[in-house]
Amino acid sequence: MRDIIKAAVAIIIVCIALFFVNDYLNKSSGKASSDTVTIYNWGEYIDPDLIAQFEEESGYRVVYETFDSNEAMMTKIEQGGTSYDIAVPSEYAIEKMKENDLLLPIDHSMIPNLKNIDPYFLDLSFDPKNEFSIPYFWGTVGIVFNPSLLDGQTFDSWEALWDPSLKGQVLLVDSAREVIGMGLNSLGYSLNSTDENELAEAAAKLSKLTPNVKAIIGDEVTQLMVNEEAPVALTWSGQAADMMWENEELDYSVPEEGSNLWFDNMVIPKTAANVVGAHAFINFMLDAEVAAQNADYVGYSIPNAAAMELMDEEVISDERFYPTEETRDHLEVYNNLGLEMLGNYNELFLKFKMSTN
Amino acid sequence: MQTKNTKTFYLIPYFAWILLFVIAPIALIAYYSLFDLSGNFTLDNYKNFFTSIYLKLTLSSFWYAFLITFFSLIVAYPTAYLLTKTKHKQLWLLLIIIPSWINLLLKTYAFIGIFGLYGPINAFLNVFGFGETQILFTDFSFIFVSVYIFIPFMILPIFNALDKLNPSLIDASRDLGASSWTTFTKVIFPLTTNGVKAGIQAVFIPSLSLFMITRLIAGNKVITLGTAIEQQFLVTQNWGMGSTIAVFLIIFMVIVMIITGQREKGATSNGKN
Repeated sequence: MRDIIKAAVAIIIVCIALFFVNDYLNKSSGKASSDTVTIYNWGEYIDPDLIAQFEEESGYRVVYETFDSNEAMMTKIEQGGTSYDIAVPSEYAIEKMKENDLLLPIDHSMIPNLKNIDPYFLDLSFDPKNEFSIPYFWGTVGIVFNPSLLDGQTFDSWEALWDPSLKGQVLLVDSAREVIGMGLNSLGYSLNSTDENELAEAAAKLSKLTPNVKAIIGDEVTQLMVNEEAPVALTWSGQAADMMWENEELDYSVPEEGSNLWFDNMVIPKTAANVVGAHAFINFMLDAEVAAQNADYVGYSIPNAAAMELMDEEVISDERFYPTEETRDHLEVYNNLGLEMLGNYNELFLKFKMSTN
Repeated sequence: MQTKNTKTFYLIPYFAWILLFVIAPIALIAYYSLFDLSGNFTLDNYKNFFTSIYLKLTLSSFWYAFLITFFSLIVAYPTAYLLTKTKHKQLWLLLIIIPSWINLLLKTYAFIGIFGLYGPINAFLNVFGFGETQILFTDFSFIFVSVYIFIPFMILPIFNALDKLNPSLIDASRDLGASSWTTFTKVIFPLTTNGVKAGIQAVFIPSLSLFMITRLIAGNKVITLGTAIEQQFLVTQNWGMGSTIAVFLIIFMVIVMIITGQREKGATSNGKN
């Protein structure tokens, strides 16, 4: 009995000691203080050399953390207890974060490099006048395919995925908006449609795709395409760029009926501890040379006109990843549909998944 | 009095644990299941569950859980029987248990490579003149990997039951003229049903809520209740509906527990108590 109490007391003492050590370490590493900048970004979404460069130039210490979905990121910021100075949500997430009052306004006078951004990417519907967000990268949703495994099919149209010769060959992403959006686009409807009949039609159309579906998966798509396990996949442009980097046979196409155009943007969450540092970081990332180096490393498309002048002509003239403005006009940005509509999309997607077997 | 006080004292951690980690979460799930997206009190989630899609989902979950349990049992019973007959049974048992120490996700990822079009299985099939066969993302691969992952949990209780079986009972049965088959069906199997039931519980219940394997190995062509719950919480953010599915999952689990529950009467031979 006495031993148990002794042991319990010992454990409690150790816990308290560890708590203080932790507290001390946090302080000395400057967590959440005015000389650090805490950045919350997608995985593999920045050139690590640039973080070091920023630390050197600005004198701030950078704490870098990553997330893998907008939803996870929002939940974490909403629950508090974090002190992220910068986060990088996609456009529909920004709309939602604005609604939930999770963002601080951005002071444009502290970001002179904003002039480098192509005006096309400023003042967009999800954040008029860029009050809360500054563009970081952008891209599209499309089809990545491997001509060496196909008999000359091209994917200029979504319709091509329905081709009977692709039986059991098509990989899809496990994401309701992308797949239902593809169904809507293939019928010529908007991928933000909330019309019940249009959605039902899209679901019926998608149910005809089921024999061709090989699997509906997440990031494993990259590895499967690189290893030539499948000839065709629905994916995001940046992921396609990754795959094409590793396997040169692959090609990427955005079907002409329309598709999704997305923007990831830097924002300052309400919980930020170092607002001045956050502005300094945004300004740093918009610098032409920095942005060019970052785009080269990450592989997604940048909205930075000044940086594009510094980049390899071959890269920026590649219309698969830098589509012309004319093509972009065919593309649509996701609207925040509201939780209820998102629930409907998901139920249709669930039905689709269940019918694939 | 002293012993009674000590007993109460020792019970505190147990009850605190049960309250915090069993009763409180279940109560929270039940509570959340009663609210819709905008936070109004409603029973709509329960009504929704009885629409065709979730019922179909439940049926398919049960079907796959049944298949996984069935194949686990078919493989596990003879294996366990053989193990009791071997010389170094503890060693053999250890070899079966060791893989279950490795993280489930790692093992699952390994199978993506093994079953791939250019993986070892296909290479092996090629030798016999079969062309490249799609193994990954089929029912077969899903059941196979699930059985592989769950089988230690089926072997262990059956092994324990068989190991504790009094050999003189088998001798007696043979002496009295029963064939090996009759001995098995009338003596060995009835005396080890508790082990089998424990194994079924340990496999069937987790199978109902498998979710990573459904995506990685079955390519989301198999959807279980677990996948549906994950989607509701992480993507749709409809915690109410997610909780409702979880409530039904708990109910199904309780039913399975009751059906396969151990009867408390008579002398059981698996040595519990």
